[in-house]
Amino acid sequence: MLTVFLQFLFSGLTVGAVYALVGIGFNITYNATSIINLAQGEFVVIGGLMMWFFSESLKLPFLVSVAFTIVTAGVIGLLMERLTIKPLKNPDLMLMIMITVAVSILLRGVLMFSFGKEPYVYPSFTEGEPVNVYGAIIQQQTLWVIGITGFCIVSLFFFFKKTIVGKAMLACAVNPTAAQLVGINVSRMVMFSFVLSGIVGAIGGMAITPISLMEYDKGPMLAVKGFCAAIMGGLGSNRGAVIGGFLIGILESMTAGYIHSGMKDGIALIILLLILFFKPAGLFVSKTMLELRKF
Amino acid sequence: MKKAMRRLAVVLVVALSVSLLFVNAYAKDPYKIGALFAVTGAASFLGEPEKNTALMLQEQINKAGGINGHPLEIIIEDTKSDETQAVLSAKKLLENDKVIAIIGPSTTGESMALVPIMNSASAPLLSCAAGAPITQPVKDRTWVFKTPQYDVSAVEAIYGYMKKHGITKVGIITISTGFGDAGKKALLDMAPKYGMTIVAEEKYGPKDSDMTTQLTKIKAAGAQAVINWSVGPGQVVVTKNWHALKMGIPLYQSHGWGSKKNIELAGKAAEGVIAPLGRLVVWEKLPDKHPQKALLKKYTQDYEARYKSEPGTFGGHAYDSIMMLVEAMKKVGPDKKKIKDYIETNIRNWPGTGGIFTMSPNDHCGLDKDAFEMVVVKNGDWEILK
Repeated sequence: MLTVFLQFLFSGLTVGAVYALVGIGFNITYNATSIINLAQGEFVVIGGLMMWFFSESLKLPFLVSVAFTIVTAGVIGLLMERLTIKPLKNPDLMLMIMITVAVSILLRGVLMFSFGKEPYVYPSFTEGEPVNVYGAIIQQQTLWVIGITGFCIVSLFFFFKKTIVGKAMLACAVNPTAAQLVGINVSRMVMFSFVLSGIVGAIGGMAITPISLMEYDKGPMLAVKGFCAAIMGGLGSNRGAVIGGFLIGILESMTAGYIHSGMKDGIALIILLLILFFKPAGLFVSKTMLELRKF
Repeated sequence: MKKAMRRLAVVLVVALSVSLLFVNAYAKDPYKIGALFAVTGAASFLGEPEKNTALMLQEQINKAGGINGHPLEIIIEDTKSDETQAVLSAKKLLENDKVIAIIGPSTTGESMALVPIMNSASAPLLSCAAGAPITQPVKDRTWVFKTPQYDVSAVEAIYGYMKKHGITKVGIITISTGFGDAGKKALLDMAPKYGMTIVAEEKYGPKDSDMTTQLTKIKAAGAQAVINWSVGPGQVVVTKNWHALKMGIPLYQSHGWGSKKNIELAGKAAEGVIAPLGRLVVWEKLPDKHPQKALLKKYTQDYEARYKSEPGTFGGHAYDSIMMLVEAMKKVGPDKKKIKDYIETNIRNWPGTGGIFTMSPNDHCGLDKDAFEMVVVKNGDWEILK
């Protein structure tokens, strides 16, 4: 019985880790700009597909491929901000969110034409037997996914709390005018946030592709689940997104295991709704903070 | 002056007759047929090879002189894997383009949506989707045919093979799409006939990334074999999970498994996976005298030469639909009713890519479980099981 339970749990962790990373991606742009970047899912796809392109198609060494993939995702994030968000004369929040939707559709189209519609995969980061825990197995790549998620969370924590750039980005989100007045280049911070969230998404994509395969249109599903994770934990709170992500992943898996697999998406969403009903700001954001927000 | 006039006249006559020559080559009206494929959207992995096949056949047929001198014109519409779009496009094809018949659509859901439209337009539809309800009951589906094998036939092929190998308790896992639901229904319906007990019945979404939970449940329920029913990346993920879990029971896939790409993606996890496959994917392993071999070889090689990828079972469905329709038009011309009657009564022992078709007024698919070979993955290649 324990074995079965553990297996469900591991399955939930695998899936949840990705939701968490996508959720964090949402938070980064949200924290710096109050924009929900709905193209977040596409960056995960870019991560997986570009990694395949560099490592399998061009046969570059592993670390070089990782570096190139990160650079590519960063550049796409940068272009996205410079070409669509920055030129806006009248930056209206709703308009900007619609623009991110448009960008996601555009990116999906470009990915479809350059990679086709079939799924892609490359070997796990480390080859070897799955790890056995009390009879339940955990694939090595799953450990990588969870480890990388953890690494991203810790680095982002230090980035936002300890570095000037990170603090400046937070300042822009709280009050762009005041941030401008104290000498922060708001426009540059907004650009950074898009680059950073693109990179985080791509890192997630690189890590999960060996487990789940990657195809051009996986983005929307990931974006929805990641968005749920961010909402559940409270938009803007990275800790919340991580816990929300794992919670949704585990809930789905447990529902599939103990109730029925046909109901897993439904039950996870119902619990999300219940949480929002009792805690409208999400698990880790207080009501006062919610009132301070524009969106 | 007179000389100049005469010269001009000669030039004109020559020019006219030359142009007439060209016109003459296309003097006969083209036969216009419509094709609805899910070129984009969730089912695009079906629509893509189907579209490619249609374009290739159109070119081949026209190069060989068309259909009794009439060029074949295939008007391809993208349904975006969406029922509503399929209906709109079908109406456009029938009303604006005045097509004689329609090939496709790619999915069962879209095909079902077209049944009433084809009936009221009295035009033949040759669907490339597998679901049994597309052509059954025939009395309400007078104008609808389909070329993919029945799901039930694939299930019967699997159950028959399992029975021979002493498997009676199976766990099934299906994708939550039309394909998976139809498969699930067939698996449940046919189980009693072959003495099978379904001990677990699981589902997953088309974009899910991990199915270990469902497989663990199946194992815990005491199944002697797992049957996965899906198309797309899901079947690879299930295969990888099955391998990682070391379940110790065989994994059977549906007839949707028939693409080398799946073996490539699943890598060594695919070893030992068994599936009922149409002969298209294993044509190299067929004996030379097999009636399907020659056409399978030509189709596969032509397709691969042109598109640098394998046509897969799905491209084959489009091939069968188009060739069947072309043969009917060759014999009876562009008359919708006559085409329908011809397909119903004259397609007998007709080798296609999906099997050897024998249509009848009561069977608008014409294939049974003999259209499948049980195939196992061995050393990264297919091997036909006896």
